[in-house]
Parts: sequence; C-alpha cells; structure tokens
Amino acid sequence: MRRRAILGYGAAGVGAVALMLFVGWWQVDGPGGPEPVGQRPVALTEMDFRLTDHEGNAVGPETLIGRPTMAFFGFTYCPDVCPTTLSDISEWLDDLGDEAEEMNVVFITVDPERDTVETMAEYVGYFHPAIRGWTGPEEQIARVADSFRATYERVPTESGDYTMNHSASVFLFAASGRFVTMIDYHEPREFAVPKIRRALEEEMEGAT
Amino acid sequence: MKKYILTSTLAALLTLGGLSVPALAGPEDVVVEHAWSRASIGMNRPGAAYMTIRNTGDEPVTLIGLATPLAMMPEIHETKTNAEGVSSMSPAGEIAIAPGESVALEPGGLHAMLMRLQELMTEGDTFPLTLLFDDGGEVTVEVPILGIAARGPED
Repeated sequence: MRRRAILGYGAAGVGAVALMLFVGWWQVDGPGGPEPVGQRPVALTEMDFRLTDHEGNAVGPETLIGRPTMAFFGFTYCPDVCPTTLSDISEWLDDLGDEAEEMNVVFITVDPERDTVETMAEYVGYFHPAIRGWTGPEEQIARVADSFRATYERVPTESGDYTMNHSASVFLFAASGRFVTMIDYHEPREFAVPKIRRALEEEMEGAT
Repeated sequence: MKKYILTSTLAALLTLGGLSVPALAGPEDVVVEHAWSRASIGMNRPGAAYMTIRNTGDEPVTLIGLATPLAMMPEIHETKTNAEGVSSMSPAGEIAIAPGESVALEPGGLHAMLMRLQELMTEGDTFPLTLLFDDGGEVTVEVPILGIAARGPED
C-alpha cells in the first residue's frame, strides 16, 4: 500500500519534471518560442503553397526547383519601390545576358485583392520578359511570405486608399532550392550581379 | 518673399545641362534639375516624380507642398526601409533646404507622390508640377514622363 503510494508520487514527480522540460522546450525552441527576427527563408523544397502565374498556370515551390531563382515581393499599386526593384532586376538580367535565361524570376504580390492574374500580366509586361508575376488567395500569399520570413502589412492612406508595407529584398535560391542570399533594397547595384552569378554557379556545381 | 523672375541664367543652365525641364517661374534661388516621372498604368494607381531641388541662395528655403493639374493629392512622401528589409512609405512633411544645399527626390527615398490622378501619365508627355515654399514662393517645372521601367532621368 505504502510502496504503491511512493511509486505513485514517483510517477507524478517524473511526470511533473517531464512536463516542465516540455514547457521549457516549447517556450524556447518549440512552436511556442519567439520567432527570430531576420531569419533566413527556408529551402524551396520545404515550402508548400499554391499560386497562379500571370498566364493563369498553377504554380508552387516545385515550379522553381531545377533552376536558380530570384524572387521578391511587391504590389502593382506601389509607386516607388516596386517599379524601381523591377527595373533594377530588368537591368541585372540584361547584364547577365544569356545566363539570365537559366533563371526563374518571380514577382509575388502581397496585394492579391487588387493584383489579379490579369493585372499581374499587364504589369510584368512592362519589364524584362523573364519576370513572372504570381498571385493567389490571401492565405496562400501569407504562407509564401511566412516561408520566406518576409512580412507585409496593409496601411490606409490619406487618399482613402491603401498601400502595402512589405519586405523589399530580392531573394536568391540555388537550383536545388537552397536559399543562397538576398539583395537588400539599398545595396549598391554592383554587388547584385555577382550575387546572382553566385546563385547561378551553385547550379553548375550541383550539376557536376 | 523672394523675387519671381525667370532668370535667363537658370534657363541657360538647364539648356546646357541638356535637360528638358525649363523652370517656368520661381524664386531665383531655387533650381530644380533632373525632373522625371514614370508613365502610369491606368489612373487608379498613384504616380511618382523625382528631381533634385537645389537652394543656390543665402537663406534657407522650406518646401511645404506641391500642386499639379495631373493629380488631386500631390504630396512629398518618403520611402524608408528598416533593418529587416521592410519598406514603408509616409508623408515627409516640410522639407528645409539649407543655403547651398540640395535635396534629391529619388527612387527608394523622397518622391513626389501623385495621388488621385486626373489623367493618364503617358510616356513622352510632360506635366507641370509646382513646388510651394513657406515664404509664398513657387517654382513650376515641366516633368517629363518616361517609361514605366525608367530608372532615372536619363532613361
């Protein structure tokens, strides 16, 4: 009787310790832990989302695997940052010449409410032909942004409209889907093309 | 209050610089250079214009607003990108330019945000943009409209 009670207390104690360990893990390293700021995007192979490109094709992370990828977020109602980024990218692609044809270049909207497939088609048409425009349901856009550790936020403007704050970096992935590096918005242009070449070279290494 | 004269020196300067941006009238001390904007897609999206505003005088000038027949709500806005790489845009308020200094409105920073467009911004056209200063002075520039993918005044 007494032994059973001791055993019972012992089991309860072990249980309590296990629970404490679990709670500790949950809060520090587990799903309950704080999201580290400025974390790197996960590999494309670990992403899971369904979007539609500007030609109406169903696309997802698997669409990008096999070729190096340059991806960035924006929206077509963006007057400053997005056309600038798209023009910068168009110029980098011109500099890369034939090499650019080996890359995926994807512009993902953070404003699917206004950026329909047709809107994206018209918009990307003004820039380098390699640039694809991706849109989709709000919850899928949220999943993409989450995997990229990118953020976006809808902000009302004085004109009664709204604008979007969003991550403006350009993300580079190797052909394997592995994240290579990113090009920050204010980074000098001359750093961009070598970074893109690095992502392209990883593809070559992977192929040999 | 500054004198409102169209100085021939200013016009000559702009012509020599190969710029198609003649200042129509304005305080002689304010020189606007390299003005450009991008064509719009439709009229629902805001436009943006860029330029360099130089104060060649001996006294500070303060830019307090904009006016243009092209847009109902033209305003100087500023794009900021934080340490996490997130860009946001907000009204820049008044912009003071010290004597001999200049302020650049350029992609990714300060820009003339043209909200509620009244007409299409068509590549190859120009539109007048008036800069309003706190002393009541005004400078109007003709802003060339370049392509949607333009990166600077030379494109």
